[in-house]
Amino acid sequence: MTFLDFLNFHLVPGVVLGSIYAVGAIGITLVFGILRFAHFAHGDMATLGAFVALALVTAGLTPWAALPVAMVAVALVAIGVDKLFYDYLKARPKIMTVMASLGVALMLRAVVQVVFGVDPRTYATGIVRPDDYFGLLLRSRELYTLAAVILIVVGLTLFLRHSRWGKAMRAMSDNPDLARLSGVDNRKVTMLTWAIVGALCAASGFMLGINTELDSMMGWQVLLPMFAAAILGGVGRVEGAVLGGLIVGVAEEMSIFILPAQYKAATAFVLLLLILLVRPRGLLNGKVL
Amino acid sequence: MALLDMQAVRGGYGDADILHGVSMTVGEREIVVIVGPNGAGKSTAMKSVFGLLTIRGGSIVFDGEDITGWAPDRIVQRGICYVPQVDNVFREMTVHENFEMGAFLRRGDLSAAYDRIYGLFPDLKAKRRNLAGDLSGGQRQMVAMGRALMLDPKLLLLDEPTAGLSPKYMEQIFQITRDVRDAGVSILLVEQHAKQALAFCDRGYVLATGANRHEGTGQALLADREVAEMFLGG
Repeated sequence: MTFLDFLNFHLVPGVVLGSIYAVGAIGITLVFGILRFAHFAHGDMATLGAFVALALVTAGLTPWAALPVAMVAVALVAIGVDKLFYDYLKARPKIMTVMASLGVALMLRAVVQVVFGVDPRTYATGIVRPDDYFGLLLRSRELYTLAAVILIVVGLTLFLRHSRWGKAMRAMSDNPDLARLSGVDNRKVTMLTWAIVGALCAASGFMLGINTELDSMMGWQVLLPMFAAAILGGVGRVEGAVLGGLIVGVAEEMSIFILPAQYKAATAFVLLLLILLVRPRGLLNGKVL
Repeated sequence: MALLDMQAVRGGYGDADILHGVSMTVGEREIVVIVGPNGAGKSTAMKSVFGLLTIRGGSIVFDGEDITGWAPDRIVQRGICYVPQVDNVFREMTVHENFEMGAFLRRGDLSAAYDRIYGLFPDLKAKRRNLAGDLSGGQRQMVAMGRALMLDPKLLLLDEPTAGLSPKYMEQIFQITRDVRDAGVSILLVEQHAKQALAFCDRGYVLATGANRHEGTGQALLADREVAEMFLGG
């Protein structure tokens, strides 16, 4: 195998998959850091986003034009889910919210299955040939995916670093009692967090769908790698989630060198176990769970 | 009339009362210290001012307005800021961002407020881009006080600001407290280091088992034999 083959058939797909995981893992890490629970409905929220985009594509939009609309739609769904379910449990032990999110996951999946069926779908039919960039083979959807992920990560980082409400979100993640003493409205931060998390879910679901195919289990199947990515990078760390996502994605694609292909999905699990054993705060020193 | 006037306050966190009638006043530009043995209700008395416990009797009047039973966020807006004893900074935010969070409720141009804070804490100016969690204990305490001062309060509540600090930093925190007072802010603080605190304050209250025991100027309390025997170690 030449170096170019290695790049084209292993590294590029790994980076593309990894950046999709990264977008999902950022959402998981935000919920963990600010709202302090493990959000199991994250994957199925991504599925919902992918299928909302499919509905829009069926209605005549191009896939990449459907993405922002789907992000807004799932952001609203996420805010609604919080108001309908999680908000009632906020005074209870967090494990109740975790379990409720599992229920929400099943509900969202059922809605997708009722509306769109259980068969695999795609945004566009036909085989897309990759373009040749000095030997590097890239499909336009892969380039768009990477560009979109960079845009999302840079935009979110700037928002968290410099905007008034971005700082409020970081303050709430850092020290919730002191944030309240400083006059930060917990309800507004919670709502904003869900809006961002919903939009990120939709983006990750859509990009997974356009690079592979859509089916009603797609989000659930990437939940473990996304959690592994968030924990690997360090819970509560956005840049950690990006790093973790890339590592998990590339590791999954590389695993076929040492493991049969059907064990690809186990890679994330192995990485998760390793990091919890060796460095439970994650690579970038996140919160202790 | 006193800036803060607490009269016969009773209350606690749950159903049981911790305070059994605590009265104290804080005047304009006055440093008042609360001392007393462990479990005397010192911090609880201070938290009652900030609306952090259920008050079942008595009254708290601040700046001519009855604030008994108000929620903390309303009390903050009225001009009282509170610095908790522990976890009182945003560790993963920079010094400057901590001050920005302190001014979260304030709109408009804040440059005068930042100048004032960095004037009070010149050491922090060079460290404004450092994470608050990376600073020494004394400097972290300064960040905590600076954060609270960003809202330009009339009264600052400090819960054991020198806990766990070296004598050098303790002296520095006391000096800063005096500087803050000289800038026009009244201060009510709880102190474990009773001798040093009484020596530097204007007036002091000695609490025991949730009620007033002694009060007077710091010097008078230091000279009082009963106070000395009670907990100053003779």
